Amino acid sequence: MAFKRNIDRLPIIPADAKKQTAVCHYCIVGCGYHAYSWPVNKQGGTAPGENIFNTDLSKQQAPESDAWYAPSMYNIVKQDGQDVHIVIKPDKACEVNSGLGSIRGARMAELSFSQARQTQQQRLTDPMVWRYGSMVPTSWDDALDLVAQVTATIVKAKGEDALFVSAFDHGGAGGGYENTWGTGKLYFGAMKIKNIRIHNRPAYNSEVHSTRDMGVGELNNCYEDAELADTIVAIGCNSLETQTNYYLNHWVPNLRGTSLDKKQAQLPGEPHAKGRIIFIDPRRTVTINAAEAEAGKENVLHLAVNSGTDLALLNAIFTYVVEKGWVDKDFIAASTKDFDKAVKANKTSIEDAAKLTGVPAEDIIKAATWIAAPKEGKRRRAMFAYEKGIIWGNDNYRTIASIVNLALATGNVGREGGGAVRMGGHQEGYSRPADGHVGKPAAYVDKLLIEGKGGVHHIWGCDHYKTTLNAMEFKRVYKKRTDIVKDAMNSVPYGDRPAMVKAIVDAINAGGLFAVDMDIVPTQIGQACHVWLPAATSGEMNLTSMNGERRMRITERYMDPPGQSMPDCLIAARIANHMERVLRAMGDAKYADQFKGFDWKTEEDAFMDGYHANEKGGKFVTYERLKAMGTNGFQEPATDFKDGKIIGTKRLFADGKFGTKDGKAIFFEAQWRGLQAPGKDEQKRKFKYLINNGRANQVWQSAYLDVESDLVMDRWPYPFIEMNPEDMAAISVKQGDLVEVWNDAGSTQAMAYPTPTARKGETFMLFGYPTGVEGNVVNAGTNELVIPNYKQTWGNIRKISDAPAGVKHLSFKSQEYKA
Amino acid sequence: MKRCPNLVDTGRRQFLRGTGLAAAGLATAAAIPHEAKAASTLARVSYPANRLGNVSELKLNEPVDVSYPDADAPGVLIKLGQRVEGGAGPDGDIVGFSTVCPHKGFPMNYNAGDRTLNCPGHYSRFDVEKGGQQVWGQATQNLPQYVLRVDAKGDIYAEGLDELLYGRLNNVLA
Ligand code: SF4
Ligand code: FES
Repeated sequence: MAFKRNIDRLPIIPADAKKQTAVCHYCIVGCGYHAYSWPVNKQGGTAPGENIFNTDLSKQQAPESDAWYAPSMYNIVKQDGQDVHIVIKPDKACEVNSGLGSIRGARMAELSFSQARQTQQQRLTDPMVWRYGSMVPTSWDDALDLVAQVTATIVKAKGEDALFVSAFDHGGAGGGYENTWGTGKLYFGAMKIKNIRIHNRPAYNSEVHSTRDMGVGELNNCYEDAELADTIVAIGCNSLETQTNYYLNHWVPNLRGTSLDKKQAQLPGEPHAKGRIIFIDPRRTVTINAAEAEAGKENVLHLAVNSGTDLALLNAIFTYVVEKGWVDKDFIAASTKDFDKAVKANKTSIEDAAKLTGVPAEDIIKAATWIAAPKEGKRRRAMFAYEKGIIWGNDNYRTIASIVNLALATGNVGREGGGAVRMGGHQEGYSRPADGHVGKPAAYVDKLLIEGKGGVHHIWGCDHYKTTLNAMEFKRVYKKRTDIVKDAMNSVPYGDRPAMVKAIVDAINAGGLFAVDMDIVPTQIGQACHVWLPAATSGEMNLTSMNGERRMRITERYMDPPGQSMPDCLIAARIANHMERVLRAMGDAKYADQFKGFDWKTEEDAFMDGYHANEKGGKFVTYERLKAMGTNGFQEPATDFKDGKIIGTKRLFADGKFGTKDGKAIFFEAQWRGLQAPGKDEQKRKFKYLINNGRANQVWQSAYLDVESDLVMDRWPYPFIEMNPEDMAAISVKQGDLVEVWNDAGSTQAMAYPTPTARKGETFMLFGYPTGVEGNVVNAGTNELVIPNYKQTWGNIRKISDAPAGVKHLSFKSQEYKA
Repeated sequence: MKRCPNLVDTGRRQFLRGTGLAAAGLATAAAIPHEAKAASTLARVSYPANRLGNVSELKLNEPVDVSYPDADAPGVLIKLGQRVEGGAGPDGDIVGFSTVCPHKGFPMNYNAGDRTLNCPGHYSRFDVEKGGQQVWGQATQNLPQYVLRVDAKGDIYAEGLDELLYGRLNNVLA
């Protein structure tokens, strides 16, 4: 049977409950929530005066009621050591989500650490070290001393290039301005670490490098633009599942025609109709199905490209639009350069593109028409949205450039109903000292680790074992190298610190790797590490981030962090303090002095030292002001503080000035050159199925919290692989059967999910899942700037076993809504 | 959520209509049960045992509008024609579910073709052959299912629910 909680009532929030601002810490959308809390021995009542809603709760509430919360929004947590009830529910007054909660965000409370209700008992509560053959708790001072002794010894002996770092760079949980600054100041300020990578890719680089090089920062519009656009162009993004409430609250009204009033009011003097939408995606997603349900099939155009050929398609649309003269000449002349160069270089005929992409010529022309054909003499407004289908797709740099070319040519940047924007994964929250020393291309950190480079590895909220490419080989080598250090540690008494440090350093010199993992939960890579330092997450600390329209908010601390855990920024500061002490003791006062400036006591200290002092507009932003701005916050950059409000920026580049020296956006040459990453062409020739991959609606990121969600693990005990039923029949695989996916890079497992809409030979597997890691079969090939190419993966599939008992209760019906 | 006010109204109307139909259905039933009062001192809500219909009234794969545990909680009874987990009746194939979407409370439609309840609000869908498992959607719970009992006369009684109903913080309103 499907998982059921058998909860038949919930404690009622009393009228005097504490109410704090919270922003969903999962996806980029950053939906507004409130955390309500009250003492555990108190409760509200059904009479209007007895509850926070001032509503008669003895009555059935209507749809979209503010006065209801699901069991997943409730928990008992600690505040200042005392048990309190907590309800974390979406905020109707937040412009982002207008009261909507998704299946991910609306489980925040249930996925909080609770001793009383035994949720998230996996959370790390103490620093842990490898001692006598297993990971056991220790004190902060002991753990930090070990980390600092080994790290200091290695960087002094071998230089800072021997310290490898993996670190989040985003906002929301496992990130935020406080924590990116804390880690950034340690590795880019006190040290100049070069061998550093980000949580989801093997190097320290931008996922959207070309758009930045063109002067067009990637989060340039506002969510309202999706309500104002004539046409939304969704390229490699499955927004209903990955930016859920942005799609539901801002795209759907346009597709449904309910934002027409807004269009007429804000954009008078031009004709308006309900929105149309173009999807460029090899797969038919639930997002496309929902768009058809809302807008009608006639207003939805799905260009089902052959995997990896988006660039050719976009160039053909660009060429056609230019040939038709459907470009914004004034804008091109005033605000851009190198247009003619790009037109010449990127010239692609409709026929050639049709052949390459598999998209019928008339559909390409239709797309160009929907994007740019003038509407009664007026410029058509098109919003271009892209995400991992492009970012993790073939030829990242050029393909993103081709999207921006098209947006610039049609005058769709900095204008209402426009934008050339990434959709985003996590929220953003980047504030770090300059990273120029990292270089371009940046070091391919995973490859260097596999080659035996590096002596110490600090890992912050990353789990390569689940979320990297070439993962099987990475894990094989990583385990071997960290085992060398574990064996050495087993050979000396733990309490003899000099002997322990010497044993570790000797092991490193013999090819070993000493690994320190900062995280909130025990991770898969953590199994190989020697020290775990427990971190606090969003809501257990005050945390600031911005969403996909640069909307910055604070999540207030609404509960205690588990045990001795603390914010990452403070962990970084304490590592710095210990490094300073140890280096001074080693007699290197000069080096030790570099680690000054980490005397922060709170996350607010880190915020003031980092964002407030360094970021554009940061001087207007403080915790107190953010708290007053609530769930709506303001859109970065801040430009002023007036009448008690931080003044923000609705759209970037609205003045036609771009992020280049002369303020002109640059058109880029971006010719099609086939499957660009090494090994992809060969893999495609050798193996039968496309192993496309990505997210599922129910799961947040690598399921690091969802592994303890009964709801999620009940639905997906194993990662699904969507397969065409005929493909399944051909290899005698039935629904729910476990299959092996394998190729020249490695092998992994998944559960077959029959999907009639999947094209033959094309599968889609859940990415980054703990019970079957798709990255095992992604080869090591990257683009020239070391951006991984997860999406273009080919493999063979064979049956491992019949559906195990744990999947017998699952529904394998189509995931597409049917009216 | 900012969306067509008409749609919301439609939602509300359908919602109310569903309730009305269910109430009418009950009026024709042989016995109208008393609604049990929740005993607030007990650890669990006390559910009424409500007669929702008779096995003889059910046609294969044709949902019958009912409501449980009271007239403000619309639901359906469905005879599936094959034994399922949680199914009641002589063939173990009768199931009952709330039809109020546990995401935001929109009324759902039954798709007889693939035996799912579908929500026009945000496209969630639930499999009535799999205990109301959310096939896809935004609700954070699977669909509340009725605990059914069928007596010797073929009368079908609902006697409990396995999840919190949308729009109430106590399944049995008090
Ligand atoms: S859409 Fe994203 S931000 Fe909003 S509730 Fe869901 S996971 Fe959280
Ligand atoms: S109300 Fe049913 S999916 Fe939202």
